[in-house]
Amino acid sequence: MSNRVRAPGQPHIVVRDLTMAFGSFVLMRDLNFVVNHGDVFIIMGGSGCGKSTLLRHLVGLIEPAKGEIVYDGFNFTKAEPQQRELMLRKFGILYQSGALFSSLTLIENVALPLAEFTKLPPAQIREISALKLALVGLSGFEEYYPNQISGGMQKRAGLARAMALDPEILFFDEPSAGLDPISSRLLDDLILQLRDSLGTTIVVVTHELASIFTIGNNSVFLDPDTRTMITQGDPKDLRDHCPDLKVRRFLSRAAEQEIAEVSHG
Amino acid sequence: MQQLETHKGTAKLQFERREGGGTLLIELAGDWLLEGRPPTFEAMASALAEEPKPAQAAYETSDLGEWDSSAISFLVQTSQQLRTRGIVEDRSGLPSGLQRLIALAQAVPERAGARATPKRENLLARIGAAGIAVGSGALEYLSFIGQSGVAFSRLLTGKARYRREDFLIALQACGTNALGIVALISFMVGAILAFMGAVQLQQFGASIYVADLVAIGMAREMGAMMTAIIMSGRTGAAFAAQLGSMKVTQEVDALSTMGISPFEYLVLPRMMALILMMPLLCVFSDVVGMLGGAAVGTGMLDVPLRSYYRETISAVSLTDFFGGLSKSAVYGGLIAMAGCLYGFKSGSSSSAVGDAATKAVVSGIVMIVVACGIFAVIFNVLHI
Repeated sequence: MSNRVRAPGQPHIVVRDLTMAFGSFVLMRDLNFVVNHGDVFIIMGGSGCGKSTLLRHLVGLIEPAKGEIVYDGFNFTKAEPQQRELMLRKFGILYQSGALFSSLTLIENVALPLAEFTKLPPAQIREISALKLALVGLSGFEEYYPNQISGGMQKRAGLARAMALDPEILFFDEPSAGLDPISSRLLDDLILQLRDSLGTTIVVVTHELASIFTIGNNSVFLDPDTRTMITQGDPKDLRDHCPDLKVRRFLSRAAEQEIAEVSHG
Repeated sequence: MQQLETHKGTAKLQFERREGGGTLLIELAGDWLLEGRPPTFEAMASALAEEPKPAQAAYETSDLGEWDSSAISFLVQTSQQLRTRGIVEDRSGLPSGLQRLIALAQAVPERAGARATPKRENLLARIGAAGIAVGSGALEYLSFIGQSGVAFSRLLTGKARYRREDFLIALQACGTNALGIVALISFMVGAILAFMGAVQLQQFGASIYVADLVAIGMAREMGAMMTAIIMSGRTGAAFAAQLGSMKVTQEVDALSTMGISPFEYLVLPRMMALILMMPLLCVFSDVVGMLGGAAVGTGMLDVPLRSYYRETISAVSLTDFFGGLSKSAVYGGLIAMAGCLYGFKSGSSSSAVGDAATKAVVSGIVMIVVACGIFAVIFNVLHI
């Protein structure tokens, strides 16, 4: 694993005036936020407000309608394809469903990026891939195919693949979706360990409050009603001190009381 | 055994005017259950429309037995109607459970603009939309051809990223695994050609020319054509379904965010495999088709096998043979293109993957037939 010198607290990802739109339908506008090195950054908001779409913008799967995304001073949105490909190698992405290649075994899945982007001999690639699988607790499952293991294991295998090239930024799309509370807690612990031991910047899309408070130290809140972000900051501070009632309600799980109030009143 | 006391018979709905017609009393009685026959809303609507207009409405439910969603749905509709007509609603006569559920159904107002209104466009607009769709479809094909050109040039310079194993698996899937079905169909087609020719040629005592007919027919057209149609249904559909489901599971996204071009990684091995294997399958189909013809010739027309063989050899020129082969390579490219293009274009649901496979087969076969026509013209002009 790498131990490159990084400066915690320096801006790593800067999003400026980002507008996300599908044709003429604007999903979110005027997004401005900064993710620092070593942050565990949470993208939160209600269901269907564009959290995953924002993640897809950050990794270049969708082009922004307006605005730009800058990584370490390097303008990702305006980059040439070759430069962009180099940037992409510094990313590791864990998709919602794991997105493992179903025709490859777990170890082949993890080995794929190593085989494509390094000049390591095959034996060494195997060793490194086995190590990554061991890190996520999947030793012994190297030769299994993705459809032979459980959903939680698929997610962990997806994480092993995302970590294959020692990325500088890890993106997680709903890591706890479909996991039982204990598996999702273990995944949270894993995320924190990665951050603490490697200093990786981590961006997580989630609406699981337990996860948000356990791992997050910075966050952005997307609001589907006003179609923009409401606030940015540490989720624990936002829960207690955010001036916006909607954010405080979201973070203290007050939506049910809200409905009860309406039906009584 | 104790009988349940709740059964109060079928659902009933009655109206009564009180206080000189100013109050409409709505009486719900019996069991309002979905499996029974709860009253429809029409009776309610006509009672509300009756003159004079009541100032307020109240409910009477002392004879109401069991109720479920049928009652709630009825009451929510009633409540909406009352509100639009400006009649004051007094829900205190309803059981408290029903009151709460109605309040819950009305707690969140309908989000403006959320309801999808199906639009019916006039004929001209639809023709226009269809024309635009054809144009953009053609553009997609062109850009796909362009991308394949780029990918192949990267392949030639050794820069393309794909797994050799995938290529070998694709070779097997669209080569050896297809031999059985290609043999069966080609044999039948050869035999059918022979039958059709035999009926006419026998009248002139020229049965031996059945061999010429079958040989030239298979070598020039039918071998390549039948193989292409089989492969379109077999392999084109498989390509579309594979790529489509990889899109659903985000595997395509995972590749592109890894910095690996999905085009090179997924399309290139499949396209190469099909373009390489199609001519080989075509040779196989030609030979088996001629065997089918020979079976009819020797079995039914009593042409000796030896002379059938000699006639066949003398009939087919190398030009005929290679004409068919070169066509089949082009057909292979078209099938792979249709399969991969529609696979990539597939939406992310299970029915979208099915649609993609269907479209891949249909447009593959259409393109094969069109290409066949173009080849016929070109070969005619060049006197091949």
